[in-house]
Amino acid sequence: MRPQLIATIVVAAALLVMSPPPAQAILAGEALDDPVLEARARDIGKGLRCLVCQNQSIDDSNATLAKDLRRLVRERLVAGDSNQAVEDYIVERYGDYVLLKPPFKPITYALWLGPGLMLLIAGTGVVLFLRRQRPAAEAPLDDDERRRLDSLLDDD
Amino acid sequence: MRFKFIIPLLLFTGVVTALGVGLTLKPGDLPSMMINKEVPEFDLPPLLDRERGLASSDLAGEVRLVNFFASWCIACRAEHPLLNRINKQGIVPVYGINYKDKPEDAKAWLDRLGDPYSRSGADVPGRVGIDWGVYGLPETFIVDRESRIVYRHIGAISAADLDDCILPVIETLRASALAATSISLPSFCQRTNRQFDLKSNLQTKS
Repeated sequence: MRPQLIATIVVAAALLVMSPPPAQAILAGEALDDPVLEARARDIGKGLRCLVCQNQSIDDSNATLAKDLRRLVRERLVAGDSNQAVEDYIVERYGDYVLLKPPFKPITYALWLGPGLMLLIAGTGVVLFLRRQRPAAEAPLDDDERRRLDSLLDDD
Repeated sequence: MRFKFIIPLLLFTGVVTALGVGLTLKPGDLPSMMINKEVPEFDLPPLLDRERGLASSDLAGEVRLVNFFASWCIACRAEHPLLNRINKQGIVPVYGINYKDKPEDAKAWLDRLGDPYSRSGADVPGRVGIDWGVYGLPETFIVDRESRIVYRHIGAISAADLDDCILPVIETLRASALAATSISLPSFCQRTNRQFDLKSNLQTKS
């Protein structure tokens, strides 16, 4: 192997190993002692948008509101709420926007079905276009051409 | 077809129109879930050195503004003179909820800049803010006589917001004998407001 290649592989491997773990803003002391409840809290937190830094989940955000919502999620879980009940509680206050995965309902049909529909329309267009582009069937060889082809093939 | 060339042009015009309309919207302003609902139940202690706190039961009987504010919030300072004017001129009672603030900071802030609030309460843990769906300060709610939330304004209130949106809504609410189930808002309420161009998420402590 060439030295440059080896060096490249080594650097790439080093970068891979040194890459930081996924961002987590959950502070020590915030987590619940019960690992099952904590896992459920993480599960919910991953799906809830931090409304301050609007493209982070509340688990990833350092904003105080995200911290308060993390605490709220844990309180509700300890109080015995199901995951769904906790989500509903927060959606009731902040709306569907707080869910990173928007629910499938009439107002979001365009959002969920739009890309598929676009693909379908574009695909149909491409197929129609290619069909129209297809050249006419090739004319068969005439006797002269056939003779020349045969002689070329017979050369071997 | 002779006019086939016009199809791409029409498509282009449609897309540009849609994007143009999109530019005038305020995607940062999230729709409130609390509109037309009764204010959430709460009972807040008073601010430092003040007599009375604020509870949800205090909000019935009259049209009022409920303003979430904090001393750490820059845009709150921008709208503060306007709140003082509303209070001084007796335009509408303003109730204040001091959101996630240090009690002594809030007191110093009101002592220095003036206290426009007829009543106020301290929400140090921020839980009442969550119940109201508050996500960035300042936020101001118009609450009707039946203590229902009619409108939410996000960000600092400008003089234009007051004159062309908030006051007309209050007038409508005062004029209607029955509690309006849903009133039509003046179109100004939906308009992009560039007076205070600080995005609401910059105004939130992080």
